Amino acid sequence: MTSIALPTTTAPRAVTRATGESRLVRWTLIAMALAFLALTLVLPLALVFAQALSKGLPAYWEAIKEPDALSAAKLTLLIASIAVPLNLAFGVAAAWCITKFDFPGKHVLITLIDLPFAVSPVISGMIFVLLFGAHGWFGPWLLAHDIKIIFAVPGIVLATTFVTAPFVARELIPLMQEQGCEEEEAAIVLGAGGWQTFFRITLPNIKWGLLYGLILCNARAMGEFGAVSVVSGHIRGETNTLPLHVEILYNEYAFAASFAVASVLTLLALVTLALKSLVEWQQRRSSYHPADPEALPERIVA
Amino acid sequence: MPSKTRGVLPGFGLSLGITCTYLSLMVLLPLATVFVRTADLSWSAFWSTVTDPRVVASYRVTFGASFAAALVNTVFGLLVAWVLVRYQFPGRRLVDALVDLPFALPTAVAGISLTTLYASNGWIGGYLDPFGIKISYTWVGITVALIFIGLPFVVRTVQPVLDDLEVEVEEAAASLGAKRWQTFTRVVFPTVAPALLTGFALAFARAIGEYGSVVFISGNMPMKTEIVPLLIITKLEQYDYAGATSVALVMLIASFMLLLAINLLQWAARRRLAA
Repeated sequence: MTSIALPTTTAPRAVTRATGESRLVRWTLIAMALAFLALTLVLPLALVFAQALSKGLPAYWEAIKEPDALSAAKLTLLIASIAVPLNLAFGVAAAWCITKFDFPGKHVLITLIDLPFAVSPVISGMIFVLLFGAHGWFGPWLLAHDIKIIFAVPGIVLATTFVTAPFVARELIPLMQEQGCEEEEAAIVLGAGGWQTFFRITLPNIKWGLLYGLILCNARAMGEFGAVSVVSGHIRGETNTLPLHVEILYNEYAFAASFAVASVLTLLALVTLALKSLVEWQQRRSSYHPADPEALPERIVA
Repeated sequence: MPSKTRGVLPGFGLSLGITCTYLSLMVLLPLATVFVRTADLSWSAFWSTVTDPRVVASYRVTFGASFAAALVNTVFGLLVAWVLVRYQFPGRRLVDALVDLPFALPTAVAGISLTTLYASNGWIGGYLDPFGIKISYTWVGITVALIFIGLPFVVRTVQPVLDDLEVEVEEAAASLGAKRWQTFTRVVFPTVAPALLTGFALAFARAIGEYGSVVFISGNMPMKTEIVPLLIITKLEQYDYAGATSVALVMLIASFMLLLAINLLQWAARRRLAA
């Protein structure tokens, strides 16, 4: 058995005679689907930019370079730069032990990794208030030592890390399961070290899936609202992330400014979607052209 | 199955150690606080908190709107997946990429955008207002936001199944005299049904916990348009930790049961596929 996945076609098959619909049915269905998507996805997207620019370009620019907005942007970047690498390390470690080894309780472990996806963002924030808040378990101790976690940056980092924990692992586990471990075993048998094997064999094989997981993880880390809203305390210029800044402006009826900041986050989402499509395209391409078989060491057949 | 010769590959202890430590500290310990905190309460105190009329009203809003939204997503998600897999039309790839927008767009942005869109002076709400139809700040608005959030779950679960469907099976049905509609209801639909159900459950599970996109459009009137996540936040802000954790526990149990149901569904679908 080879470790290389068979290429799967995602292009629509040529609709054939008896198994296709008539032109009329086909175009009616396409029109209905597109109308639904225009209503649910495209209109809200277009509205963000229309509202953002409703007071003109200078006002738009003003809203974005205002000090509170800038400090919110800085905080958002800081949070993502801590949460994403942490979950990257976790995701790779989790995928390695789950896909390369057999051990009891593996399925339980996989379910536990998914757990944060099943929890409401609000509850994800609340649990950290229960732990570190003024009335929380560690609250009195933290107060005595003058350490602030809730209504401060560490709380936002914790809540964001919790919410985004599964993303990288989720992408890597199915991918590495499909690839098996013959290539790594061959490298080890030929005398490569563990890290050498990981960086020279595993990493090139999983790079697109890894990138994909990172992109999704980053998008969620920068855009998280519910969990962050519970732990942040909404202190302007200190604990406001970009999504929270959008909320504050909106609630103050500064709609144009609110949508201006929102448009930055929307652009980020569009870049995420573009990168995601690019990665998927690369993944498909590389599955058509697996690494040159002659360059690979001979497979070990067990 | 790939061979797993234990002992050849290094790093088992290290990777399992990192995984378990990280999961315990980052996920399990924090989640455990909900259970431990609620255990401080007596059963009757817990019960009267979670069956308080305002709390019950919020369950009704959250579960009702989530169910309606997941239902709409199931119908239109199947339609979108079908069109994307089966038909060729200009802009298909762009549309396919756009389906993931709700995953990528921060929920707060979706929330303010949908609210403005459906407000009585909005692009869509403006047309409906003369007929006395209100969407923003009503139960319908909550459903609209949840439809936005849940759509990709159904499309992305159904799409691969439709893609894998053998054309030969449909050809066989057609050559045996089945009308196109019969082929769809008797052959295609039963094959995608498990995936459709999984998509429904995923969209529903996401919807009951959703906060950011809903909180702007819902109007947040107690007893009428107050969702459970908002009620939890309200209780937290009043330092009613016991109340907040009790309601959160009910929601966690509902979510875990859904997660279990989804796993069972997927397991059953795989078994059917293998059979």
